[in-house]
Amino acid sequence: MKSVCFYFQVHQPFRLRRYRFFDIGNDHYYYDDYNNEEIIKRMAERCYLPANKLILDMIKESNGAFKVAYSISGIALEQMELYVPEVVDSFRELAKTGCVEFLAETYAHSLTSLWDGNEFELQVKEHANKIQSLFGVKPTVFRNTELIYSDEIGDRVVGMGFKGMITEGAKHVLGWKSPNYVYCCANNPRLKLLLKNFKLSDDVTFRFSDWGWDQFPLTADKYMDWIANTPPEENIVNLFMGYETFGEMQSAGTGIFDFLKALPKFAAQRNITFKTPSEIFDKQKPVDSINVPYPISWADEERDLSAWLGNELQKEAFNKLREIGDRVRMSKDLKLLQDWYYLQSSDHFYYMCTKYFSDGAVHSHYSPYDSPYEAFMNYMNVLSDFIDRVNSKFPADMDNEELNSLTQTINAQEDVIAKLTKENKKLKADLKAASSEPVAKKSTAKSKKD
Amino acid sequence: MKALMFGWEFPPHILGGLGTASYGLTRGMSLQSDMDITFMLPKPWGDEDQSFLKIVSANKVPIVYKEPDWNYLNSELQGRFSPEEYYHLRDCIRESNHHIGTNGIGSVEFSGRYPQNLFEEIRNYDAVAGVVCRAYDFDVIHSHDWLTYPAGIHAKHVTGKPLVIHVHATDFDRSRGNVNPGVFNIEKRGMEEADHIITVSNLTRDTVIHRYHIDPAKVTTVHNAVEPISKEIEAIQPKRNTKDKVVTFLGRITMQKGPEYFVEAAYRVLQRTPNVRFVMAGSGDMMEKMIRHAAYRNICDRFHFTGFLKGKEVYEMLKSSDVYIMPSVSEPFGISPLEAMQVGVPTIISKQSGCAEILNNAIKVDYWDIDAMADAIYSIITYPSMYKFLKEEGKREVDEIKWEYAALKVRKVYDMVLHR
Repeated sequence: MKSVCFYFQVHQPFRLRRYRFFDIGNDHYYYDDYNNEEIIKRMAERCYLPANKLILDMIKESNGAFKVAYSISGIALEQMELYVPEVVDSFRELAKTGCVEFLAETYAHSLTSLWDGNEFELQVKEHANKIQSLFGVKPTVFRNTELIYSDEIGDRVVGMGFKGMITEGAKHVLGWKSPNYVYCCANNPRLKLLLKNFKLSDDVTFRFSDWGWDQFPLTADKYMDWIANTPPEENIVNLFMGYETFGEMQSAGTGIFDFLKALPKFAAQRNITFKTPSEIFDKQKPVDSINVPYPISWADEERDLSAWLGNELQKEAFNKLREIGDRVRMSKDLKLLQDWYYLQSSDHFYYMCTKYFSDGAVHSHYSPYDSPYEAFMNYMNVLSDFIDRVNSKFPADMDNEELNSLTQTINAQEDVIAKLTKENKKLKADLKAASSEPVAKKSTAKSKKD
Repeated sequence: MKALMFGWEFPPHILGGLGTASYGLTRGMSLQSDMDITFMLPKPWGDEDQSFLKIVSANKVPIVYKEPDWNYLNSELQGRFSPEEYYHLRDCIRESNHHIGTNGIGSVEFSGRYPQNLFEEIRNYDAVAGVVCRAYDFDVIHSHDWLTYPAGIHAKHVTGKPLVIHVHATDFDRSRGNVNPGVFNIEKRGMEEADHIITVSNLTRDTVIHRYHIDPAKVTTVHNAVEPISKEIEAIQPKRNTKDKVVTFLGRITMQKGPEYFVEAAYRVLQRTPNVRFVMAGSGDMMEKMIRHAAYRNICDRFHFTGFLKGKEVYEMLKSSDVYIMPSVSEPFGISPLEAMQVGVPTIISKQSGCAEILNNAIKVDYWDIDAMADAIYSIITYPSMYKFLKEEGKREVDEIKWEYAALKVRKVYDMVLHR
């Protein structure tokens, strides 16, 4: 029996406003509120609300046979709470059905898994807390930003207590292997992996309304046929997509919602079921391990990191950002930490991508900037202001280690003082006891004399 | 395929971008094995590179029948023509040009520049074209810029051969909209008479279609390109006399080039970072105004004027710059940013310039957006990776913009008007 595993990614970054270099040091607000609100409202109206409603109906109609998984980044949730709280409610309703799984990811949809273990763990925890507080469930399966994965990251994810992770079925990693099985991490076999079937996923995401495609039009019937006709021993098909596929990438007019709605019916005809990632991980054993020494992702034709860290501009911006990380965490300043999350979103780096001759259409579609250079200038201006703010909290000529020990001393001083007071009290009490005893003895002696 | 071209400028004696473009294009076309170009100039200096085309000196062509003494003729021709060719040209005089003042050999003098009596020179050039087009054999007529449109029309009427006009600029670009009616008249007539129009950018194409009301089907864009830099230029060592970063504006200081926006951007950058200098290289009718403006902004200690630069000096200046900027208000194409990118200088151009249509690795800003301009300058001088990336990618990109490819497009236009 075959199963389909649907997973949708929901993410919206806090886009930056046009931040000129005169603003550095003068203005510490970085976000384009108008644009952010406009986009998230548009997304909610076209995609999140209708798609959530449809999926809820599908779950109810099928008596819980239809299942999906979501990964919603922390900052997307923040924006929804801010501008479209009804979307959060509709997700909550989905959560109540029990047929929807929420996956863990980094809070800021950041690239932090690539450079800083501590920050990575912090962000994942933060995200898990957010999911639990909103939907009342604790995520058990992890999904990294843009499906970035390597053996090293896998190892770390096990350490954080996740049983499985989902990533891209990149051709250069899989080779002749099929993505339609459960695999495990080469460094740590305890971590199970689900790999995206990018052919079938992209058929929906990119080609659904492409008139030039030889399979146009794509119907639910035909699509389920393809899945049913995979070799019989391959029993899972992982369809991972951006949630915006429904209603934004493929507008409602293309019939994408009807396509989705018809899927369970045709799946049932072919005896295909729907499962969430954690169900699969609980029931199935991995067939093999896969080796991923260099990080992979689901972006562009290369399926690597070149969309975010491909050119010198992106690397410089990224290095500047990570250099300041230690100090931000040390500062424990809430406002700084908030900006720090927002600035880490991988999207800011995506906008700086200069590969736009081949995959340009996708990059420029999402970018609020005219050119990658503008994206870089704007981001760097914001970042320099941010760095100035962080550094103003600390003496500039002190290295991080020294600073760290000092801040630890300062942060621990409450405890130390409390401890010392306690000790002081105890000593005082002892002293009292000690001084009162001889007096008492004396008095008894006296009384004896008397 | 033989082409008779009418031009006004040709290197090494050039006044603006027209000469550079004429040279590059003809050189690129000469790479096509069956291409034969005859190029008429008002006043060649004799040191032009004639290895790939034939240059006809308009100021030595007889337009009035005279019988000069052999020795006198030889000395007057200065080797531009052989006496035989002179006689052949003289045999081709069919029109009466006695109203035009001529010299001893029956030809008319040209300044070869853009003098006060420009309209008179254009008329005389037209008269010369009437002789030249009868004397040589060709398939197509190609006129470069408005000064030579009347000559092209004349040649077309005499021979019936198709006329292609090449719009390097329009008067709307030069005057920010306040066109000279005389110039407009010549341009408009040229465009109407032409069998096909080549423009150097889509920006110019739009101007031709909307301001001159020309049928869009008749107008084709062929973007300019840039000659590869010679070894000589490559060997020039930059003269860095300051540790500060240098931001350069290079071009005629006229209304069209938007120099005041550069001064304002400089003022904004200097408020933020002290370690940068600005250079305005070139001369023009707005230079004094710009000096006053810089003084008014109180940035003269950081803002320098070089006056007119020529030949090697241009590249010396470019090579010692960290940023090149062209804030033109309306630039039909603008070859100079391409030249800056060739020597590896990160470049900022206005969105209102034609070259912005083909360049990816340059920063584009609106000419009026001083803040964006200042921001771009600031990022290039502040972030090393930005500088390095634009320098390397810019050079790589511009090395692929070749006249050879532009020439092939022009050739297609020729084939089209000849129905080949």
